Amino acid sequence: MGLLSDPNRRRALISLLTRLNTPICIVCYMAGVAWFMGLAFEPFTLRTYMSENAMGSTMVEERFPAGERALATGREFSAHKKRTGGMPVEWLMKTMQAKGLEVFTQRFSRTLPFPDENKERYMVRGTNVYGILRAPRAPRTEALVLSAPCSPGDNNNQAVGLLLGLAEYFRNQIYWAKDIIFLVNEHDLIGMQAWLEGYHHTNTTGMDWSPLQGRGGSIQAALSLELSSDIITSLDLVLEGLNGQLPNLDLANLFYAFCQKIGVLCTIQGKLQRNDWDSVSGYSHAVQTMMLMVMKQASGRPWGDHGLFLRYHIEAATIKGVNSFRQYKTDATTIGRLLEGMYRKLNNLLERLHQSYFFYLMPSLSHFVSIGYYMPAFGLLAVILLLRALDLWVQLSTPPQRTEDGSSPGVLSLLTPLVISHLTGVALYMLPIRFQEMAVEHFPVSETEAVVLTAIAVYTLLSPGTEQGWRVLKLVAVLYLAVLLGCTALINFSLGFILALTLVPVAAFVTPHVPKVLSAFILVILSPACTLLFSVFFFQELQEMPISFQDGWLLFLSVISQGILDHSLYGSLVYPLITLLVYPCWLLFWNILFWN
Amino acid sequence: AMAEQKFRVRARALVCVFVCVVMCGCGRDDFQEELVIRPLHSGDIYTSFQFRTLWETDFTRENKVSHYRLFPKSLGQVISKFSVRELHISFTQGYWRTMQWGQPYLPSPPGAELWVWFQDSLTDVDGTWKELTNVLSGIFCASLNFIDSTNTVQPSASFKPLGIGNVTDHRFLRYATLPREIVCTENLTPWKKLLPCGSKAGLAVLLKSEKLFHSSFHSQAVHIRPVCKDDQCKTTSWELRQTLNVVFDLHNSGQGKNEWSLFKMFSRTLTEACPVASSSKIYIDITDNSQGEQFELSPATPLLSQAVVLGDRRTFSVYDLTQQITFGTMRSLNLLIRGKSSDMLRPLLHAERYVAGYGLQTGEIHTLMYNNHPYRSFPVLLLDSVPWYLRLYIHTLTVTSKGKDNKPSYIHYQPSKDRVRPHLLEMLVQLPPNSVTEVTLQFERALLKWTEYTPDPNHGFYVGSSVISSLVPSIVAMDTNNSRERPLFSSFFPSKEESSYFVRVYTEPLLVNLPTPDFSMPYNVICLTCTVVAVGYGSLYNLLTRSFQIEEPSPGLAKRIANIIRKMRGVPPL
Repeated sequence: MGLLSDPNRRRALISLLTRLNTPICIVCYMAGVAWFMGLAFEPFTLRTYMSENAMGSTMVEERFPAGERALATGREFSAHKKRTGGMPVEWLMKTMQAKGLEVFTQRFSRTLPFPDENKERYMVRGTNVYGILRAPRAPRTEALVLSAPCSPGDNNNQAVGLLLGLAEYFRNQIYWAKDIIFLVNEHDLIGMQAWLEGYHHTNTTGMDWSPLQGRGGSIQAALSLELSSDIITSLDLVLEGLNGQLPNLDLANLFYAFCQKIGVLCTIQGKLQRNDWDSVSGYSHAVQTMMLMVMKQASGRPWGDHGLFLRYHIEAATIKGVNSFRQYKTDATTIGRLLEGMYRKLNNLLERLHQSYFFYLMPSLSHFVSIGYYMPAFGLLAVILLLRALDLWVQLSTPPQRTEDGSSPGVLSLLTPLVISHLTGVALYMLPIRFQEMAVEHFPVSETEAVVLTAIAVYTLLSPGTEQGWRVLKLVAVLYLAVLLGCTALINFSLGFILALTLVPVAAFVTPHVPKVLSAFILVILSPACTLLFSVFFFQELQEMPISFQDGWLLFLSVISQGILDHSLYGSLVYPLITLLVYPCWLLFWNILFWN
Repeated sequence: AMAEQKFRVRARALVCVFVCVVMCGCGRDDFQEELVIRPLHSGDIYTSFQFRTLWETDFTRENKVSHYRLFPKSLGQVISKFSVRELHISFTQGYWRTMQWGQPYLPSPPGAELWVWFQDSLTDVDGTWKELTNVLSGIFCASLNFIDSTNTVQPSASFKPLGIGNVTDHRFLRYATLPREIVCTENLTPWKKLLPCGSKAGLAVLLKSEKLFHSSFHSQAVHIRPVCKDDQCKTTSWELRQTLNVVFDLHNSGQGKNEWSLFKMFSRTLTEACPVASSSKIYIDITDNSQGEQFELSPATPLLSQAVVLGDRRTFSVYDLTQQITFGTMRSLNLLIRGKSSDMLRPLLHAERYVAGYGLQTGEIHTLMYNNHPYRSFPVLLLDSVPWYLRLYIHTLTVTSKGKDNKPSYIHYQPSKDRVRPHLLEMLVQLPPNSVTEVTLQFERALLKWTEYTPDPNHGFYVGSSVISSLVPSIVAMDTNNSRERPLFSSFFPSKEESSYFVRVYTEPLLVNLPTPDFSMPYNVICLTCTVVAVGYGSLYNLLTRSFQIEEPSPGLAKRIANIIRKMRGVPPL
């Protein structure tokens, strides 16, 4: 620490840092973005490998024969579903019982805070049916779950058929060491939430459900199956769960290993893997795949029924059958064999999946970027905030006229904007649900209006402050943002990174002395709401489904309402994070701009 | 030739005398074997073996016993050396599915269970218990040596002596379970060696491990207790009961055909009884099959027996293996049972248990006890032994039935001591008719020292089964219209022995994850990175907060001394 304790060198270092502050910040920003873009470049990434010994070397042989019969069961299920106009509970119970499972049901009901326009539901009432295959000579301490949603229309009938087919086949095998729970959940995520809450006897979201009668101990892993056609061309793996949580990478490895072994095309984010990493198109393909993962993870919503398991420390993924125009076709028997293989390996597990990574990004199914590689990208952005804070600190502590000025800015002048901006955040958090009776149709619109109105309200409310005042406020705001983004990035890297991309420049450049109108415009463009709007367009672009501005705006509004619904239905934290913390932080910068 | 003849005669006489001595001296030892086969409602087959050896000796009077006939010497020595009054040990692989199979004849929890009553003359019970578990560990080839003070409890009410004697001071009782114990062939072989005929003859011929472990449930046990020899109970003898319960699964190996035979189940048939057995019988429960619609037996037997088992009147077909006629012309017995299955049961008493909550900080243990009796309530004794690393919050204990608070009439709670002893909770709870009683208890997960984790810490830690003991009103007593066989005058007041029966129900063990450090390379990396960050932060903080001043170089020794002197004189220093 000689460097810092020596006053001369210290002064030199500080002057260097303050003098070169802006260039260093710009370089850091560029480097951060470049680092991030480099993550998708294949030579910089690692190949996936199986870390869990219990799943690696042990060979299993897949023998599931009855794909056709499973599809027939699926058709029968579909007929009964049509007849009852919903979940055919009786039929499912009878069928599962006939296959030798212990069958139980769970009823649940839930009233949404406001009508969900995407899925057209408000008062939800349904029944989950699940059958437990008891492992011979096992003491009911561990279980695996295979679930398939009972979807409206003609969707997912094949998934339920295959689930029942596998149940029948699994029942006749002696090698199971863990109970296997076959679950058919109604109303997709709501049913899954009810079942998981019932299984763990918690109630985090205020749902009504009837208690479960049968259990199989602690659940070790789960797969959710979505199949809507008899023949599929590829299988897509969905990993992103609630709040951006991901299952252990070994689960993805297991899926990939079996796809390779059995010869099924497999995709992630709906994108096939390409071998031409050295070409521009190959690289951009990898970037797109990774960006899709980042966007999905940042959204914090469960992208499949598996997403809710992760809260309970259960490794889970969704496997989706895709039927496109590709030549390569796979039948239900093959998918059944794939699932059988995966379950037999999961059955071999001695411990919970813990060997491999929990924090990763995947530019393709065979490559991954671990936390050690992607964190520097965020670190380079976050260091800008620290540099600015250092600069401000030095500016605040050096000028001798501080004593002439009377006193350092009062605590009150600092607290007022802080309190008001947070109150605005609280209002933003409360209003949409409070006022939903008034504006059931238009509340997303009113919500965005609220953003602008409250922002201006805060601005007009402020009393004039001193030169020292805004510096102190900015120092506080910059450090606040650094802590906030740092914590967010630790939990959900993607969200933290996207917020950092837009908010860090704001935090870096904003002072009362920059041109007001232009800066205000930039500030609005880089606000959290606009970031979301751009993300919506960008996401559609990445999925190769570009949309018009009109549709994009509508989608933007529905995304906001989905976010609020995710928060109240499943406990997603993105909405409260944005409204209660990120948005007030942005307002602080708005305050600084209009400081006079 | 003559001499040879003489010698033969003499030898024969000698043998006669020897045999006489044996017969007179200890000839009152007795061995019985029996097998009960019961087709279950779920379509599975429950087979229960019992081997009973009686030993006419009294340890309390003569200390040294050196002659053993039918009773295994290894166990006899254990009894005498460790002053054991009663010993019950069971090894179970699997969980008894009460909802599908009804009550077992002999309940046992998954894993290993050991409970021992010591003689009241014993002074150092804990030391003896420690030695005993180590010796039994060797005899049964099991990890009973892992029983120590952290998983041993002294239940005050749940485990009473089953033999004669009225010592009920629970200072002489030790109870321990090892829920993680895995039972396999290595435990079966020493168990079989305790039988007088080994597995060479009699029912034990059927005990082939490759078949016994190809089943849904496997449980083997040894029970030793003193019993009365006669009605007056003037003399006592030791009873050794070896039991083995297996449930075979129709689905797994029957290829959908519900046809069972001894050969299919055990890959052996019976050819003879154990020669030293005084009784050797096979009972087949045919109660649900009065008209022969469920299954048929072949060869058929004319012998029938009726008994009240677990509160229910059952009818059994009996095959007596000591009668040559049983084996017919083939000189071997192979029973064939054809059956079909039906659905779930509602046993009068059953229980389940699970861990609620998520995250690695706290949790809640829920125990559900079902009383399915339509109109009668009965009390149950609940015993919970929870390892110390789950820190129970006893003030959160709630007992509710039908939405109302149900106050236990007796609670015995012994708090745990870290690394020394487990929690023990015993409660007497009244279960209202047709109800579910829920017992909840919150706990906190302790952070262990890093050497205390098992080699597979991410598997989780086991909490043994709770034990629910109760006198359950019997089905026979419930059936007031049953006057078919009994005269009316005898059936108004239910007779005592039939009105209720003892049931012990074990819940499933729990697997609880404790907060576990990541014992791996990334963990080290994180630790290292954190250190580096801390150092970096420290220096930055230093830079931001410390104010430096240029100080005079420190004065020389002479100057300092001079200053001290000046200070004493009250003159300003140099």
